[in-house]
Amino acid sequence: MAGDGELLVWRRRTRARELLVWAGWLLGVSLFIFCWQTIAANTTWYFVADAPRVAADIGDRMVPPKWSYAAKLWGPLWDTINIATLGTILSVLLATPIAFLAATNTTPSTRFVRPLALLIIVSSRSINSLIWGLLLVTIIGPGVVAGIFAITFRSIGFVAKLLYEAIEEIDQRQVEAIAATGANGGQVITFAIWPQILPAFAGTSVFRWDINIRESTVLGLVGAGGIGLELQASINIVAWQQVSVILLAILSTVIVSEWVSAKVRHAVI
Amino acid sequence: MLRLHRLSKQYQAGDDALKGVDLEVPDGQVVALIGPSGAGKSTLIRCINRLVEPSSGQVFLDDEEVTALGSRRLRRTRRRMGMIFQEYALIERLTVMENVLSGQLGYVGFLRSYFRRFPTETVQQAFQLLERVGLTEHYDKRADELSGGQRQRVGIARAILQQPDILLVDEPTASLDPRTSRQIMRLISELCSERQLAAIVNIHDVTLAQMFVARIVGLREGEVVFDGKPDDLTNEVLTEIYGEEDWQTANDRTEEKERAAKESLEEQMKGLSG
Repeated sequence: MAGDGELLVWRRRTRARELLVWAGWLLGVSLFIFCWQTIAANTTWYFVADAPRVAADIGDRMVPPKWSYAAKLWGPLWDTINIATLGTILSVLLATPIAFLAATNTTPSTRFVRPLALLIIVSSRSINSLIWGLLLVTIIGPGVVAGIFAITFRSIGFVAKLLYEAIEEIDQRQVEAIAATGANGGQVITFAIWPQILPAFAGTSVFRWDINIRESTVLGLVGAGGIGLELQASINIVAWQQVSVILLAILSTVIVSEWVSAKVRHAVI
Repeated sequence: MLRLHRLSKQYQAGDDALKGVDLEVPDGQVVALIGPSGAGKSTLIRCINRLVEPSSGQVFLDDEEVTALGSRRLRRTRRRMGMIFQEYALIERLTVMENVLSGQLGYVGFLRSYFRRFPTETVQQAFQLLERVGLTEHYDKRADELSGGQRQRVGIARAILQQPDILLVDEPTASLDPRTSRQIMRLISELCSERQLAAIVNIHDVTLAQMFVARIVGLREGEVVFDGKPDDLTNEVLTEIYGEEDWQTANDRTEEKERAAKESLEEQMKGLSG
């Protein structure tokens, strides 16, 4: 190579590409500066400057937590956990068939059924559970049932999406092997596909349950039951010492649910 | 008897994987299908039980035209064709026993199979087969705990439990070491002669094929270019199938290696029995 005396040059990018990358950076940084200025112009700086004092003030009023109030929280807390758990179970039951209809390798029809399944998934995912809650409280009235369905509708898309991606990633040879024995469609699903997606199924369900515990704590804000109702009531009467008890209750519930979900996921994978 | 009549397969990409293959495999005959990668060996085998749908041509198993069957009848006919795979294609998360029993899925209803309530005699047969392939004590292990050779034995037991008339074997030894490869090929050929099974075995390793089968079919670019006894496989024929290569030197060296391997194997066997 070096024999003819010419130095061989290697560059990561061509000159034109190099310029393009620089232009991209310039554009990005300018956009950031522009946005920064717009936001700054629309901010009341007096309030921002005052924020640490206000926060300290509220923090001050939160302590000591009013521990006696905790006794009244067991009921709403139990509701919250039930909303999350029942909502998750319902959503998993509904999401599983949808996932099979949405996965390219198991859907009965890529032209008609799959788009429909994907539409269900997208619409479920694009609406936050608080908004589902708002809608459902209006439709079926305030309470735990609205909360359960809000969680269900929000979770279907999440669970179905992760599940159908898992179905599309299975080892197709195992499916071939089972089909080659003369097994029927149901047997192919239960013998060849289900064992392969079981870890994803369990992991996704528990992960979603963990998320739902957190989401269901705020559902009460729109009247869909649970500990959020108490939170809103306490904030409305500026009972900061009760608010701090509620926040602590939520925190400990979330910690427990994360611990459970980590344990379960570890066990199945 | 299995009969292929002008069997062709054209993939959507446009390449012809099979170009009008005619082939007859009498009952009980073990045929090795050799040829370079991409010659259409896997496609041929998969077209027989229609895991891959042939583009044209016919497949007959005895008097039944497999290529004309509806899905229900096709499932019934697939029971007569056991399949063995290169990467074993076991259900990794199920136990050895469940994997073997899955060979009977074509005979058992959905609910029975779902609750793993297989008929008693099927379970007996499964145990016998596991003993035959030397895995008796492993029946309750998960398939992914086994070694490559053991997994392929499970795959073989699954195929045999189907009570097939013919085995379709796709590169059974490609993922195995030379010694295990021989043991697996020996097991397959023994089982075929014990049970009067016909078989089509796709195989890369020509020498291994020559050791264990009665007939060799050479496939090149989707066409049969050789069909004869293992001994007729001369250098000219190998060139015809695979293209130009110095076969003699390679062959001599392989033979030498094989002799060495055989001797060491015999010694090991002696060691085991002694």
